[in-house]
Amino acid sequence: MASKPRIKVPKSASAGEVITIKTLISHEMESGQRKDKEGNPIPRRIINKFTCAFEGATVFECDLDPAISANPYFEFNAKVAQSGTFKFTWVDDDGSVYEAEAPIEVK
Amino acid sequence: MKLTRRNVLGLSVGAAAFTIAGIQARPASAATEATQKSIMDFTGGAEPAAGKVSLTAPEIAENGNTVPVTVSVDSAMEGDDLVASIVVFADGNPNPAVATFHFSEMSGAALATTRIRLAKTQDVIAVAKMKDGSVFMDKKQVKVTIGGCGG
Repeated sequence: MASKPRIKVPKSASAGEVITIKTLISHEMESGQRKDKEGNPIPRRIINKFTCAFEGATVFECDLDPAISANPYFEFNAKVAQSGTFKFTWVDDDGSVYEAEAPIEVK
Repeated sequence: MKLTRRNVLGLSVGAAAFTIAGIQARPASAATEATQKSIMDFTGGAEPAAGKVSLTAPEIAENGNTVPVTVSVDSAMEGDDLVASIVVFADGNPNPAVATFHFSEMSGAALATTRIRLAKTQDVIAVAKMKDGSVFMDKKQVKVTIGGCGG
């Protein structure tokens, strides 16, 4: 269901510079509060965890609750000392894991 | 009791008085019990102090389904001056927890933006926990025109 995540990471940065990263993933984030036409509750299905790691070290993490809007969007900062790859992970309630990567060049 | 004109009048006056008293009895700063409990669970029983953490949210949100919220903490994010995590609560939602952000030294700045759902006009609360265990809180009321929790 979740499509390819969209990520915005600067192509290059200077060492020690604080950069801004933006991520967006398509997901319904079914809260579990809604009911279908027959009045039965629609089961909860959300992304419950988002992680951003740089070369294996965790940069930013978020535990999500149903109050996060559909298509969860995050904007946060990172500071890197050398070139490398950011790895982004989203974990779904049903166990599926969505992943994406973005490289950065440090001059 | 028979539903006479006099009775109905008396009842409505009583109801109105009760409503006013109810509003006054609840101080503007009080969070609901469930939220208060979640905050205490997060801080380990410490009462959060004001300041340091700031929560940015629109004063009026037309659509409660997606309300942009930014939390940030005035911190160098180095050595001991490090923010461990920030948790966001929406006081008036069926389930007050919204999100917990965890930071590291590589975060560079303790700042995060996301979009949240708000069921009705309510207080949004951000609580930040520093590496040394101190806790800070900020709160903002958001007026919601259309609620965002379905139903």
